[in-house]
Amino acid sequence: MKRDITITVNGEQHTVAVEPRTLLVHLIREQLALTGTHIGCDTSSCGACTILLDGKSIKSCTVLAIQANGKSVQTVEGLAAPGSMHPIQEGFKECHGLQCGFCTPGMMMRAIELLEHNPNPTEDEIRWGISGNLCRCTGYNNIVRAIQYAGAKLQGQETPSTEPTFV
Amino acid sequence: MIPATFDYAAPATLDEAIALLEKHGDEAKILAGGHSLIPMMKLRFASPEFLIDINNIPGLSYIREEDGYLKIGALTRESDLEHNPIVKAKFPIFTDATKLIADPQVRNMGTIGGNLAHGDAANDHPAVMLALRAEVVATGPNGQRTIPIDAFFFGFYMTALEPSEILTEIRIPLPGAGTSNAYHKLERKVGDYATAGVAVQLALDSQGVCREVGIGLTNVNPTPMRAARSEDVLRGQKITDELIAQAAKFASEDCSPSSDLRGDEAYKRSMVGVLVKRMIRKAMERAS
Repeated sequence: MKRDITITVNGEQHTVAVEPRTLLVHLIREQLALTGTHIGCDTSSCGACTILLDGKSIKSCTVLAIQANGKSVQTVEGLAAPGSMHPIQEGFKECHGLQCGFCTPGMMMRAIELLEHNPNPTEDEIRWGISGNLCRCTGYNNIVRAIQYAGAKLQGQETPSTEPTFV
Repeated sequence: MIPATFDYAAPATLDEAIALLEKHGDEAKILAGGHSLIPMMKLRFASPEFLIDINNIPGLSYIREEDGYLKIGALTRESDLEHNPIVKAKFPIFTDATKLIADPQVRNMGTIGGNLAHGDAANDHPAVMLALRAEVVATGPNGQRTIPIDAFFFGFYMTALEPSEILTEIRIPLPGAGTSNAYHKLERKVGDYATAGVAVQLALDSQGVCREVGIGLTNVNPTPMRAARSEDVLRGQKITDELIAQAAKFASEDCSPSSDLRGDEAYKRSMVGVLVKRMIRKAMERAS
């Protein structure tokens, strides 16, 4: 039987009816039509469905929608107004941090929480920090650089070079 | 993948949650972090008819020193444990372990109580708690009782918790001088369960004699396992390379790993031996 829940998504409050078994990612994608949050593995391994729930990055394929009742969700669509970019989006664009783009929304949502706790992460800290996100294009080097770029930008520092490096 | 249908309640108090458990019995499951339970429900390995979500119950998430114990509320998230200053200073073993539990997003949800109550020998905290000689507090219709960790794990996914009890707190004796601990698991990739994992706590006196020792093993036995013979080798002795080798040999002989995708039985026994040696040495270094 469906229940009404109230959930704030990207600053906008919604009251929606969900079955207890409805997963949060399905509510976001299907009922709220926010398809920037992806479903990859559907087994909490790949991180493509990562969103912020009350500011914490979580895998929305493994949380029930009803658990988000009364809580606040942020998805990739809420990062910046149309036509503008959040520093993390700018970092991914400038540093070629995406190829096919499937993992990108999850990577960015994870990176936002990482940078909030650790504004100047080392490469090692970034790699551990995104260890729950898989990029099957294996563009990790540029993803790390994109996160470093965003970290600098968020602090108003000079951004690192965006020239690609070859390893 | 979507779970089978179930009914759901999110009580605001522990009493309400226990009353719901009494009413629904075996048909009900407690939902804490949900990162063991929900995957099992999505795969239809588990189909509880009723979920009791305890996340809205206040007062179940804390880390504090009290009465000679580190007391951890059952609903404490792995990420809270990972970044807690008391834990970092006094229990490096948790810093070792939490970093290797799944990944950051899962640790934002997963709880320490759930990690234990799930009763899975592949989880990391059971071996850690065996090494630390923890106690588990269970709250039920008749109040609280304390269960020593050695009496908590019964069998495959089975614990000493009664059907109407909820694990509410974990109590760990605070380490004295000369005491330290370490954990490592061998994993194929981030987020995997252990091929083998070993937790060690050692208490050394000023002469370097081992006064007390705890050794727990992850995922190499049907239940989380204490390497008791290995502990006996070290207790009361000044630890030498020969004794470390003997302790490692006993642990690799006494465990009971099954061959699977992570490795065959002989390999896992061998890795238990390697990790026992390394974790004893690491705990010794940290203790001195």
